[in-house]
Amino acid sequence: MRNMFAILSGALFGIGLYLADMTNTVKVQGYLDFFGNWDPTLAFVMGGAILPMAVAWVLTRNRKPVIGGEFPAPAPAKFDRKLIIGAILFGMGWGLVGLCPGPAVASLSFGGVAGLVFLVAMLAGMLIAPKVSPLLDSKG
Amino acid sequence: MIEMDWIWGLIGGLIIGCGGAVYLLGNGRIMGASGIIGGLVDGSGRSNWIERVCFVAALLIAPAVLILFTGVPGETNVTDNYALIVIGGLLVGVGTRIGGGCTSGHGVCGISRLSPRGIVSTLIYIFAGAVMVAALRAMTGAL
Repeated sequence: MRNMFAILSGALFGIGLYLADMTNTVKVQGYLDFFGNWDPTLAFVMGGAILPMAVAWVLTRNRKPVIGGEFPAPAPAKFDRKLIIGAILFGMGWGLVGLCPGPAVASLSFGGVAGLVFLVAMLAGMLIAPKVSPLLDSKG
Repeated sequence: MIEMDWIWGLIGGLIIGCGGAVYLLGNGRIMGASGIIGGLVDGSGRSNWIERVCFVAALLIAPAVLILFTGVPGETNVTDNYALIVIGGLLVGVGTRIGGGCTSGHGVCGISRLSPRGIVSTLIYIFAGAVMVAALRAMTGAL
């Protein structure tokens, strides 16, 4: 059951990214190009995605997940060094190439060698992250 | 003037949000691409790795099947500068895991819950991305 939900969720995510053209780096970098030829499409994608998610969060009240267990508790509003530095590094990479983790996977079937190289580099980054992360722990 | 791209963006976004809703209401988990993939890479997601593989496989295969049916080829227009690609990939991988999320987890799932961490993270990575795009534009004259 939980694997079926995962497949359905991943498929919807991939189809949505493709239809919204978020697997196209020109559209993503165009959104980030605030000082140039700004393309607002990504804002429509974000807004569209947030609507059903907001409904889903409302539906979690007084309920349990279908497969059982608990819904994830809200994280305390703690803005530590990891959150800030992580977001800066991620944003830099995102701006440089125009791909984030979801689209990097969703575009793999048509992204050619460049897409594959990006994914491998991203996985390598994810592999070394647990070694880098503790360096940021001290004194938050 | 409303452009067709924005309509498709809205439609695609609604479908993405439905994907997140299925994962949340079904499995009680947040649909964050970097968390789901990262847990497979560093071993922290060993306890539910099958669920993660199912998600990633569907994310990869569904657009490919759609392209097969529609006949409209997908295009990524990724730069041909491989140094940039490798640096960008490393930064995205390290940054999303240290920062605890990406556009789907912090962005879509976080903002829709009014999560302060999700909102702050999203503002920062959009700002950092905009700075890099501006820098690219300044250095190369175009994108």
